[in-house]
Order: sequence, then C-alpha cells, then structure tokens
Amino acid sequence: MNDNILELTGITKIYSNGVVANRNVSVSFRKGEIHSVVGENGAGKSTLMKMIFGIEHPSVGKIVYKGKEVHFANSMEAIKNGIGMVHQHFMMIDDFTVAENIVLGMEPLKNKIFLNKKESVRITKELAQKYNFDMDVTLHVGRLAVSAKQKVEILKTLYRNAEVIILDEPTAVLTPQETEVLFDNLKHFKEMGHTILFISHKLNEVKAISDRITVMQNGESRGTYDNKDITIDQMTELMVGRKIIMSYDQFKEPTDKAVMAFKVENINLNKKGIEVLKHVSFGVRAGEILGIAGVQGNGQNELISGLVGLSRFNTGKWFIENKELTSLTIEQKRHSGLAYIPEDRMKDGIAQGASVAENLISSYYKREDINGKIFMNNKGINTLANRLIEMFSVKTKSSKSKIESLSGGNIQKVVVARETNTSPKILIAEQPTRGIDIGSEEFIHHELIKMRNKDVAILLVSADLNEVMEVSDRLIVMYEGEIVAHFDTVKGLTDKELGLYMLGAKRQDEESIRRALTC
Amino acid sequence: MPDLFEIIFKPEFGFTVIRVVVPILFAALGAYIASSAGIGNIAMEGTMLMAAFVGTICSAIFQNPWIGLMCAVLSGVLMSLILTYFTLVLKTNNILGGIALNLFASSFTVFLLFIVTGSKGTSATLGAKTLPKIDIPILKDIPVLGTIFSGHNVLVYIMFAAVILVYFLMYQTPLGLRIKAVGKDEHAAESVGININRIKTIALVLSGVLASLGGVYMSMGYLSFFSKNMTNGRGFIGLAAAAMGHGNIWMVTITSFLFGAFDALANALALYALPSEIIITIPYVAVFGAIVIYSIFEWRNRRARGEE
Repeated sequence: MNDNILELTGITKIYSNGVVANRNVSVSFRKGEIHSVVGENGAGKSTLMKMIFGIEHPSVGKIVYKGKEVHFANSMEAIKNGIGMVHQHFMMIDDFTVAENIVLGMEPLKNKIFLNKKESVRITKELAQKYNFDMDVTLHVGRLAVSAKQKVEILKTLYRNAEVIILDEPTAVLTPQETEVLFDNLKHFKEMGHTILFISHKLNEVKAISDRITVMQNGESRGTYDNKDITIDQMTELMVGRKIIMSYDQFKEPTDKAVMAFKVENINLNKKGIEVLKHVSFGVRAGEILGIAGVQGNGQNELISGLVGLSRFNTGKWFIENKELTSLTIEQKRHSGLAYIPEDRMKDGIAQGASVAENLISSYYKREDINGKIFMNNKGINTLANRLIEMFSVKTKSSKSKIESLSGGNIQKVVVARETNTSPKILIAEQPTRGIDIGSEEFIHHELIKMRNKDVAILLVSADLNEVMEVSDRLIVMYEGEIVAHFDTVKGLTDKELGLYMLGAKRQDEESIRRALTC
Repeated sequence: MPDLFEIIFKPEFGFTVIRVVVPILFAALGAYIASSAGIGNIAMEGTMLMAAFVGTICSAIFQNPWIGLMCAVLSGVLMSLILTYFTLVLKTNNILGGIALNLFASSFTVFLLFIVTGSKGTSATLGAKTLPKIDIPILKDIPVLGTIFSGHNVLVYIMFAAVILVYFLMYQTPLGLRIKAVGKDEHAAESVGININRIKTIALVLSGVLASLGGVYMSMGYLSFFSKNMTNGRGFIGLAAAAMGHGNIWMVTITSFLFGAFDALANALALYALPSEIIITIPYVAVFGAIVIYSIFEWRNRRARGEE
C-alpha cells in the first residue's frame, strides 16, 4: 500500500552560515490530499517546501517523488516534474495581462514563430473555468486585487500541469471571505486529483481545510496527524511547547520602576481596508522588560516599524518620559533615547558591505568623540570598536573586517553592542535572538537584563515563547492587531494558557488590557 | 533670402528629415530593445562609430560596399558581446562598461584611421564604395511623395523595414514577450524558466546590430567617407528617443522623427546668415527641451498616481 506521491526521509538542512533550518524531518504526502504543514515562523516550513521545489537542497536525507528518488537542481526541474509552488511574494509582471503571465515561458505559437495571443486567451480562459476561477484573463495583473493575483499564480502552476501544488502562507494576504473562496477552490483541486501542500500558522484554517496535518517546531517535525485526531489546543502545544525552561530571575536586580519611560497611546493602522493595528496602548517603565508575545503577523512588525519611524500610523502618539516622539525624525527619536534592535539584522540591522567598526558606530556616528566635524576620528572609532568587540566577545579577525564575514550570532552581537552603547532610555528589541546559536542567544539575554538592571526600559518582541517567558517582567499578547491580554508577571503563566490568547481563543476584559498602559 | 516656412513645407525638407533621421532611428530602435530587456545600452554611440569606421575601411579594401556593410554589422555584434561580457559575466555596471566602449571607439577609430590613411581626420582618400541609392518605381513619379520617399540610400528602406521587424519581434513573438518580461521583473521571468542571461545577450546583440546599421549609414550613405567622431552624439539622441518612447515602438519612432526634423531644420537654417555655432546646437537643444518637458509630464503622472 503506497499511495504516497511524495516522501521526505531524514531531511536535514544546514545553511552555510551554520543556521540549522531543518533537522531530521520525515514526512510523506499522499496523492490527492490536502496536507497542512504548520508551525511558527522560523520553524522551518518554508525551507522544507523550498527543498521539495528545488530552490534549496537538503544537506542530508532524501526526497522520493512518485517512487523515484529525485534531486531537483532548480525549480524548473520541479515544475517539469509536476510540482508547482505559489510563493508568498508573487512572481508576476504587473504590466502583462493575466493570460500573458500564465503562458510566459511556454507560449502557444502560430506559424511556429509568432505568439498566438488568441490561443493564449482561450487556453487560460478555459483553464480558469475548469478550476472555477472567475476572472477576465485580458486584464493587466497590476490592476488586480491581491486575491485575484493569487489565483493567477495558482493558474500558472496548473498551466504547467502541476500535480502537487505548494501554497506558502496563501491566506496571509486574504480577507476571511477570500479565504473561504480559496478553500472551496482547493477542495475542488483535491477532487480533481491534485495534491495540496498548505503552509500556514493559522490553526483554525488548517483545521478547516486539511486531511492531514504535520506540525513543525524549531526545524523538526513533531509528527503527522489525521485532522480528526488532533485539536487546535494540541497543535498549539506542539507548535509552541517549550522544552527547556530557564529563568533569568536570579540575574534580575530589584529596580524601583518609578518612571514611565515609554508610553504608547491608541495606535491605529489601516492598510488597504484591513485594520492592522487597533487601539494599541501600553507603557514600559524604566527598569523593566515588557514582552510582546504573539504569533507572527498579528501586527507586531507594523507596530515596531512605526514606533521607530520606518513607517507611519493612521493615529496614535508615543512618548519617551514626557517627550512626544510621534512626528520626530528617526534621528531625533534616537537622540531622545530610543534604541532599536531590528528583526531583520541583515537588511535593517547592519550595512553588509561595511566593516565591523563602521557598523558599531553607524547609529551615532555624529557623536563628538568619533566625528571631528570634517573628518571622522579614526583613532577614536578604533578604540571604541575594539572596546565593544572585547566587551561583547565578538568573534572577528579585526574591527576592520567586513561584517558579512561574521556568523549570524556575532553579527547580532555587533547590533546589540551598538544599540546598547547609546545609553538609551528605551530599547526596542525585535526578535533579538532569532536564528542564532544558543551561546550568543544567552549572551544577548544577559545583556538585555544588564540594561534592565541599569534602569533602561526594554520592549521585547518575540514569536519565541521561551524568550518572552524567560526574559520579560510583564507581558502583553497581540492577536490580529490588538492587545488581547496583559500579565503583570509571567510567573505561573503556562504555555497553554498563553497559546489560547495568541491564537485568539481567549481574551481578557477591557479593564485588564487597559492595565498595559497604566500599571 | 527664402522664407523659412517655404523651406520647411517643401517636399525636399521631408526628404532631408528622412535622410538625417536614419542614424537616430536605428540607434533608438537598438536602445529600445536593450532597455526593454532592462539594460541601458549607452554604448550605442561607440558601436555606431566603430561600425562607421569598419564599414568604410572594409568597403575600401574589398571594393564592395556590401562586404563593408557586413563587416560593420559584425563589428556591432562584437561591441555588444564585449558589453555583454562586462555586464553579465564580470558584473560591471553597464553604464561604466558603456562609457569604456564609447571612449575606446572614439580613440581607437582615429588610431586605426591614422595607420591606414596617415590622416587623423578623414578617410576620404581611400575612395571607399558607398551603398547605392534606390529609386522606387512608380512611387518616384508621384509628386511630393516621390520627392520625399524615393531616391534614398538603401539603408533608409532597411530602416523602415527594421521598424516593422522590431515591431513584430517585440509585440508578436515569444522572444519579444520574454525580453519585456526580463526587463520588467527578472525574478518573475526566472521563476517560469526563462534564461535571463540568454535573453539579455540576444537583446544586446540585436541592439548592436541596429546601432551598427545606423553607424555604417553615416560613412557609406550620409557621407562617403569616415571622419573622426562623425556620429556626433546621434547614438545618445537615439537613447533619448528610446527613453521618451516609453516602451512603445511607435512613440520611439515618432520621437526619433521629431529629433530628425530638428536636425533637418538646423541644416535648412544654415542658409541664413545666422552664426553657425548657434545653428548646430538646435538638435541638441531640442533634445534637451524635449527631455525637460517629458520629465515634467512624468513627474506629474507620478504625482497623480501617488495621490490616487
């Protein structure tokens, strides 16, 4: 009995920078099923799918497709073999029509040389009808709504005769109504014999659509279950369940928390009709760490990027002590005492082509001890850089080495060193330890606590439950752009209870939530 | 002294416009293909100059203008392949590669000219054969139209054919669709299995061929010899026309003709007692003015779109 179309056995993926994305994962997918792969961001779902699709290659393990072991060199080979993938970011040309986008690369011809535009339109129209997609294929893709663009992407895979269709977080960009339509389409595909691999972290959706579900955590598979055999609660526990419980309590010194160092009032953000942030208000006192827990994509990114000045809100005010930051420039915000450890360290945290020393001063290069009005004070920069490198035990050949030659953990140490060196009043740390080795992770946690002990207010955003539970003093939970819970202390809080708030199953009353601001 | 309007509205003026538009339009078509593939081929000027030189020299050596034309086209292909190697293999910035090729062509042609003829100015002494003029039967006897369109150099008719061919290539063939796809979004094109480097190479080679036709016209049609830096910015004017055509071949063609008309106007004005320094600036001032106007429109459009 082997109706598996695709089998993964013992897949391990280690990136060249040492990050382990998948560890010994074995999953099999049956022909004609909707099989969901769930897990938090960074759990290794996407990497696993990229390996199936030929974009990445496993370090260890084998992939068997239709009974034969395969090693796709690139996505083209996967496509030729009947595997299609709809990426989170659409791969389409806005100035082309729907039909042109679908046939691009495999265009129907007339007289062997010319494009057969009529035939392209006819074929794509037929294809759309066959799969119950209602759309005008002569429209330009740039003018379509996101949900329609997604349909075009799906049609592209079907035009290329995909038997296995991988959908990477397809519902992230859809409204609930659009999601329902998509699910109807997917069920129709299943009836027509296609195998659907559905990647998501939204458990209620997964529960609604799947035949079987594979749960991933931290790069490993926590097992494959029939939909009827697993509840949302159980999935949550597998997804976010902690293994080792550490506590940094012993390192925390008592602080008086007298000053409200950072205050955020009534932030709202509306993006293309979707409310991304709703009435977000909270405060962080000097000498405490406020954690923001939540599944990724519930507004945390938008909140932080607005607070630090990278994007704008529709309404809302925020303050350091009593100084309003709302409409200040980023430089002025930083001068007022804001420091920021960004989530995407390679893109926002560092300048990749610059040296370690340059990256260590980039957020305060105008300071007098390193900037002599006309020329930079290279001696000063070097002394400072070498001191920080030693303090943070950054493993680098010299302060002049290019920062990209460092490992992820050491790059992050450079970012943390720079941001803590500005003596901030509030430090916003966004996923400060994602994807780095345990040694660096612990080091950075200790640094955060040292800052806290020195009366700095810290806002810690993390999708990693371990991290928020171990490091924070207080905790708020975000779900769909709102604060749904506030906890004065993390002591006694269980993963399971937190998980229920994170997934929207539970919500505190308004009074308790309001304490996030006033306490 | 004849009235200026009298000059412009004579059929002979139309003939001159066509005569001067050839190098500009060839360059514009070449630049249009390259920019559709997402590459600014600013080596058009150098490629034209090189082809002008190679064409006339080979024509003199073999005493056959058609061999001269073939050699010129080969030189265009070669120049493009060098640029391709710079940008796609060595990953240099294509603007830098283009500047290098332009400077190279400008001085290398003079160097070779000196070796071959002993002159650093022109190749007039070589007595190279030029490409023939063609009288179109029937058309030549029609008044006005005959004067405007008949009796041109053979490259003029190749130019009209080239517009049509480039139209079919870009709008009616898979290659054209893929060239545009690569220019608009490389990653999207790659994701459906299009070989980006292959498409870009083809686009650059085609643009080199078109540039070389424009260049060879300068030395074997417009004039009958090569002279130092004789393309005189026409490659760049073609680039400007291609940019202003906004990815639409008819707009590219019309803009080229507009620039050609200003060029012809400058020629006509030479009859007047105006300072020649001012007159020869007319085509360039016209390009400059057109680009300013174009940019203002673009800016307004962008602003309007932003406010939507």
